[in-house]
Amino acid sequence: MVVILSFMVVLAGFAGWWLLRQGIASKPWLEVGIPADAGWTAPLPRPTARLGLAAFLVVAGSLFALLVSAYVMRMGMTDWRPLPMPVVLWFSTGLLALSSVALHTTVIAARRGELDGIRSGLLAAGVSALAFLAGQLLAWRELAEAGYFAASNPAGAFFGLVTAIHGLHMLGGLVALWRITARACAIPMGSAPQAVGALRLGVELCATYWHFLLLVWLVLFSLLMRWADELIEICRGLVT
Amino acid sequence: MAIAIALALIVVGSVVFHFVSPWWWTPIASNWGYIDDTLIITFWITGVVFAAVVLFMAYCVLRFRHREGNRAAYEPENKRLEWWLAIGTGIGVAAMLAPGLVVWHRFVTVPTDAATVEIVGQQWQWSYRLPGADGRLGATDVAHVTPENPLGLAPNDPHGQDDVIIQGDQLHLPLGKPVKMLLRSLDVLHNFYVPEFRAKMDMIPGVVTYYWLTPTRTGTFDALCAELCSIGHAFMRGGVVVEPESGYQAWLQQQKTFAQLQAPSRAQARNDVRD
Amino acid sequence: MADVTHGVAGPVPMPDHDDVELYHPKSWITRYVFSQDAKVIAIQYSMTALAIGLVALVLSWLMRMQLAFPGFLTFIDANFYYQLITMHGMIMVIYLLTALFLGGFGNYLIPLMLGARDMVFPYVNMLSFWIYFLAVLVLVGGFFVAGGPTGAGWTLYPPQAILANTPGQQSGIIIMLVSLMLFIIGFTMGGLNYVVTVLQGRCKGMTLMRMPLTIWGIFTATVMALLAFPALFVGAVMMLLDRLIGTSFFMPSIVAMGERLAYKGGSPILFQHLFWFFGHPEVYIVALPAFGIVSDLISTHARKNIFGYRMMVWALVGIGALSFVVWAHHMYVSGMHPAFGFFFATTTLIIAIPTAIKVYNWVLTLWRGDIHLTLPMLFALAFIVTFVNGGLTGLFLGNVVVDVPLSDTMFVVAHFHMVMGVAPILVIFGAIYHWYPKITGRMLDDTLGKLHFWITFLGAYAIFFPMHYIGLMGVPRRYHEMGEMAFVPPSTVDLNIFITVVALIVGAAQLVFLFNLIWSLRRGRPAGGNPWRATTLEWQTPQTPPAHGNWGKELPVVYRWAYDYSVPGAAQDFLPQNQPPDPRLA
Repeated sequence: MVVILSFMVVLAGFAGWWLLRQGIASKPWLEVGIPADAGWTAPLPRPTARLGLAAFLVVAGSLFALLVSAYVMRMGMTDWRPLPMPVVLWFSTGLLALSSVALHTTVIAARRGELDGIRSGLLAAGVSALAFLAGQLLAWRELAEAGYFAASNPAGAFFGLVTAIHGLHMLGGLVALWRITARACAIPMGSAPQAVGALRLGVELCATYWHFLLLVWLVLFSLLMRWADELIEICRGLVT
Repeated sequence: MAIAIALALIVVGSVVFHFVSPWWWTPIASNWGYIDDTLIITFWITGVVFAAVVLFMAYCVLRFRHREGNRAAYEPENKRLEWWLAIGTGIGVAAMLAPGLVVWHRFVTVPTDAATVEIVGQQWQWSYRLPGADGRLGATDVAHVTPENPLGLAPNDPHGQDDVIIQGDQLHLPLGKPVKMLLRSLDVLHNFYVPEFRAKMDMIPGVVTYYWLTPTRTGTFDALCAELCSIGHAFMRGGVVVEPESGYQAWLQQQKTFAQLQAPSRAQARNDVRD
Repeated sequence: MADVTHGVAGPVPMPDHDDVELYHPKSWITRYVFSQDAKVIAIQYSMTALAIGLVALVLSWLMRMQLAFPGFLTFIDANFYYQLITMHGMIMVIYLLTALFLGGFGNYLIPLMLGARDMVFPYVNMLSFWIYFLAVLVLVGGFFVAGGPTGAGWTLYPPQAILANTPGQQSGIIIMLVSLMLFIIGFTMGGLNYVVTVLQGRCKGMTLMRMPLTIWGIFTATVMALLAFPALFVGAVMMLLDRLIGTSFFMPSIVAMGERLAYKGGSPILFQHLFWFFGHPEVYIVALPAFGIVSDLISTHARKNIFGYRMMVWALVGIGALSFVVWAHHMYVSGMHPAFGFFFATTTLIIAIPTAIKVYNWVLTLWRGDIHLTLPMLFALAFIVTFVNGGLTGLFLGNVVVDVPLSDTMFVVAHFHMVMGVAPILVIFGAIYHWYPKITGRMLDDTLGKLHFWITFLGAYAIFFPMHYIGLMGVPRRYHEMGEMAFVPPSTVDLNIFITVVALIVGAAQLVFLFNLIWSLRRGRPAGGNPWRATTLEWQTPQTPPAHGNWGKELPVVYRWAYDYSVPGAAQDFLPQNQPPDPRLA
C-alpha cells in the first residue's frame, strides 16, 4: 500500500499548497464588501472541461496506483513466479509513444490553425493507438498459448488485469478521439480560423489524456519487466 | 425546554445504566487484565467527556433558548479557547493511547518459554494440535489434507509424527503457563475467541497467525468463532478447559499422536494390498 | 488545478458566467425524467435513496425479530439472516447514505449555495443518476435470482464470499459486485461534477472561505470518495475474476468441506486492505457532509455565527486527509503484521482531535446564542449526542489493544450504528426539515415532525446504547441466534427483546415522516422564500422553489461570509451573503 500512500501524500501536498493560496487562513468575517478588495480570486481562468479532465486523471491515477500497490504486495509473497514478458510489448510501447507524439504534433498544428496537420495528426494517433491495442492482444495470446493464464498463476492474472484496465482506458480515449476526428473532417478545407480554433480544446484534452496513459503504461511496463524490483525491495526494507 | 431535560436525562440514564445493569464483561481468566485496565481508563475518560459535553449542551439550551427580544452574541472565534480545548483533548487522547500501546507491545511479544498449541479452524469445527514429545510441530500443507489426515500434516516430516491431534474434544491448557496459540484455517476466515481470555485473532487460510496468553483461572470456557464463516458461523463452538498441571498431564496421556492415528489407516491400506 | 490568479490588485475581470449555455428541457421527459437540472437530479437521487433505504429498514426489522424471538418468523434461517445483514449494511452505507448526502444534498445545494445556475457538466450529471439507478435495480435484482442475494456480510471478505455454503454464492455475489462497480462509475461522474463546480462555478465574490460549511463538507467528502472508491472498484473487479474465471487474486489453497479447490496462492488480506482503504474514508464520506450540514443548521437556528469557522474548515480538511491513513484499524485482529497496530492506533486516535474540535465548536456556537428550538435544531442537538457517544466508543475500538476483546462483537455493531447510522440519519432528517420549504415552498408539519423527532431520537439511543453492553459481555456480531453461551446471563434475552420492540417502534415512526413529506407537499403552510431567515444564497433565490437556472437574469454577488447572524449594529439578526455592505456601518 506504499504506492497508493505516496500517491496520496503527493496529492495532499498539492491540495494543501492550493488551499493556502486560496486564503484558507484568512478571516472571512472581517472581509465584508467588494470582492476584489476581499482577496477574491476569480475561478480558474481555464476551460472547465480541462479541469474536469484533470480531476478525472487524478481518479484514474488513484485507480492505477491501487493496482500497482496490489501488484507489489502480491509480488512480495514467496510463491510469486514472474512471467517471461513477450517481446511484442516493446513494440506496443513504441506504438503508444508514437501515438502520444502524434497527438502532441496535432496540438501544435491546432495552435497554428493548420487543419491539414490536425487531420493527419489525429489519424496517425488513432492508427498507432489501435496498433498498440492490437500489440497488447498479441501479447495476451502469446501468454495464453504458453499457459500462463492458468488460474494458479497470480502473475498471469495480474498481467491480464493491469493491461486490460489500461486498455479499457485507451478505448475510452479512442471514442473521444474518434469524435474529435469526425469534427475535424466535417470542417471544409480553407474555412475560417475560428472553426479550426474550436477544435483546439478537444485536441489538447486528447493529448493530455494520451500522455497520461503513456506515463501510466511506462510505470506498468517497468513493473512488468521487473525493472522496478530493486526499488521495491528498497522500499520494502524501509517499511519493515 | 423539553429537549434540555431530555439531554440531562440521557446523561443520567446512561451513567445509571452503566453502573447498575447486570450486563458487564465476564470475569477474566487470563493475564490480559491489562486490557481490562486500559478499557476502564478509556471508559472513565470518555464517560466524563460525554457527560460534560451533553450537560453543557443542556445548559446552553436552557439558558439561551429564544425569548422575545433576545439577541445572540457575535463571536467569530476565540483562538485561545480553541487551542486550550485542542490541547486538553490531545492530553486525554494520549492518556488512552499510551497505555494502549504499552499493552499492545506485550500482546505481540510472545515470551520465549511459551508452550505452543495449534488451533485449526474449518467450517465449522475446531481441531487442535500439540507439538508432542519433541516439542516441535511438524510441517503442514492443505495439499496433504485427506479424510485420514484432516489437518494436512506432511506425512514425511519426522517432527509431525509425535504431534498430538485433538478432534471433537475440548482443548486443555495448563494453569499459569504461557501458551502461544498458532492459528491456521483450512478454508475461510475464522477467529478463535474465548471471551474470558480477552484475546483473539483471525485465522487466514494460507497464513499462520498467533496470539499468546497465560491462563490464570481454572474452569471450562466457551470458545466461539468471531469472524463470519458463512451459515454455520453461530454454531462453530468449542471449549477450553484450564486445569492444574497434574490434570493436564493426565488428559494429555489419553490423546493420540499423528502416527497412532495414521496406523489403523496404514494397516487398512496394507490389508487392501494383500486382498 | 494550478495557475490561480491571485492577489491581483484592483477589480479582477470576472468571467462572464452567463455565456455558459444553459440546457433547456424541451419535453416532459427531459424535464422530469432525463433531466439535466441539478435540482431535479437531486430529488431523483433522494427519492431513490430513501426508497431503497426503506427496504433496508424492513430488513433490519426482520433481523431484530430473529435476534429477539429466534424461530418466531419461521422463514428466517441462518441463510436468510446473513442475506439480511449483508443487504442491510450495503444498502445503508452506500446506496442510501453516500447517495443521499452527495447525490441528493450535493446536487441540490452546491449550485444554489454557490450562486451557480447548475452543475458544470449537466449531461454527465444526468448520466450519473441513471447509472446509480441502474446500480440500485441490479442490487434489488439480487433478491429475485436463484439462491438470492449474497450473504457474505457487507465486508464481502474472501474466501467465504465466493465459496459454497455462503448464501448467494451462485449469482448473488456476482450481482452485488456488478452493482457496486456500476455505483462507483456513476458516482465518479457525479463526483467530478461536484468538485469542478465548487472550483469553477462559484459566483462573483464567493471565495473558498465564504463558502458555507455544508459545501466544505460535501466538497471534502466528494474528493475523498473520488480517491477512495477506486480501491473498492479494484477489489470488486479482482473478486469478480476470482469468482467467474477462477483467478487467484484473493484465494489461497483451500480445502472446503473436504474438497480441494483449484485456487492457489491468493491473499485474503490483500482484499481487506483494499476494502478498508475504501471503507474507512467511506465512514467520513458519510460523516463530513453531515458535519457541514449540522454546522449550518446550528448556526442558523441559534442565530449565531458558527464558532471558529476557520478551525472548522481546517478540521474538515484535516479529517479528510487523515482518514486515508487509518484504514487498518479495522484489521487489528485480522492477522496483519502486528507492528502496524502501533502506527494505526496512533493515527486513529490523532484523528479524534480535529473531530473533538468540531464538537466543541458546535456546542460553543450554542453558548450565548438565541436558540430557536425548531425541528432542524432539535435534530442537530440529537446528532451531537449520538455522534459524541458513537465517536467516543470509537476511541475504544481505535485503541488497538482495547479493540482486541471488543472487535467482532455487538459493541462494534452498536458503535458504528450510533456514529455512522443514527447520527448522519438524524442530520438527514434535520436537513430535510430545514430545506423542504425551499424545495417545495411549503413547511413540513410541526406536530408530526415533533412526534417523529422524539420517537426517533430517544428510540435510536435506547436501541444502540444498551447494545454496547451486549458486546462488552462478548457476544459476537453476525450470530443469527445466541444459542447457549455460559458467560451470557439469561436476562440478555430480555434486553434483546427490549431493543427489538424499540426498533419496531422507531421504524414505524418513519412512516409518520413519510406521511408528513407527502401531506405537506399540498397541505403544508406556505413557507415564503426564507422562512428561517438564513444568510446563505439558496434562501435568496427570486423564486421558491427555485426556477430553472436558479437566479433569474442576474447571478448573485456575494459580499460577506455565510454566517453574519446577529451582527452588532445591524437592523436584522441576519445579513444575507448577497447583501451589499451598509455604508453607514463602514
